[in-house]
Amino acid sequence: MTITIEYYLILSAFMFIVGVAGVLTRRNAIIVFMCIELMLNSANLTLVAFSSYLGSSVGQLFVFFVMTVAAAEAAVGLAIIIAIFRNKLTVNIDDINILKW
Amino acid sequence: MGLEVILFFIFGFVAAVSAVLMITRNNPVIAALYLILNFASLAGLYLTLNAQFIAVAQVIVYAGAIMVLFLFVIMLLRPENEKKFLESNPKIKVFAFVIAGFVFLQLIYIIFFSRPSFILSKNIEASINAGTIESIGYILFKDYVLPFEAAGFLLLAATIGALILAKKKVD
Repeated sequence: MTITIEYYLILSAFMFIVGVAGVLTRRNAIIVFMCIELMLNSANLTLVAFSSYLGSSVGQLFVFFVMTVAAAEAAVGLAIIIAIFRNKLTVNIDDINILKW
Repeated sequence: MGLEVILFFIFGFVAAVSAVLMITRNNPVIAALYLILNFASLAGLYLTLNAQFIAVAQVIVYAGAIMVLFLFVIMLLRPENEKKFLESNPKIKVFAFVIAGFVFLQLIYIIFFSRPSFILSKNIEASINAGTIESIGYILFKDYVLPFEAAGFLLLAATIGALILAKKKVD
């Protein structure tokens, strides 16, 4: 038995779907944010798997850039959450609907 | 069964289970700890794919830096626990799971329909060579130096943006 690329792709698809379900069902803004990180990581797993099976470094380079963007996104997003908490004293996204029509 | 197969199933199982546990925990701190476990097992999976540099970067950047940031914010804000999972809005949540399951079936169908393993068979030597810091650094500073600079600029902009967003307003 050898591990073909489908195993990694299915694991990655499963993690992505778990992240999607988390974003759709959880109401705590920080946990929604962590689910987004989970989805980013499942995409990273796909990139690394293809990069390894193709024998090319470019996919792993792209993962490097995704990590950079994820770090920037986490910093700014958490700052936004802190600013919202300071104003409304909650991080429940059902109570933060000021931009909803 | 080779070591690669055993390691894949161990790390894959831990990654999948910790992802599910993460989205079902009420306490955000526990959820963050499960996410760290997930990231660590992903680093193990990267090692089975011969991507050493990405595995180390995963542990340092994700499981280290980003999750420490998350834990800091969770403990600073101390958000109240959510209600039990299906207690509030059960219909919407079930609907969300149905949609997620449908998309998962679509992805499975595409993966098995296209069968990438027919054309991609692993060349161990090329795979090991692709994951070393040497080859990644070479390609990063030769062909992708402009995106690299842009990433540095993005990090600077994010630092300034986070400072400005999170600081207390003084009039």
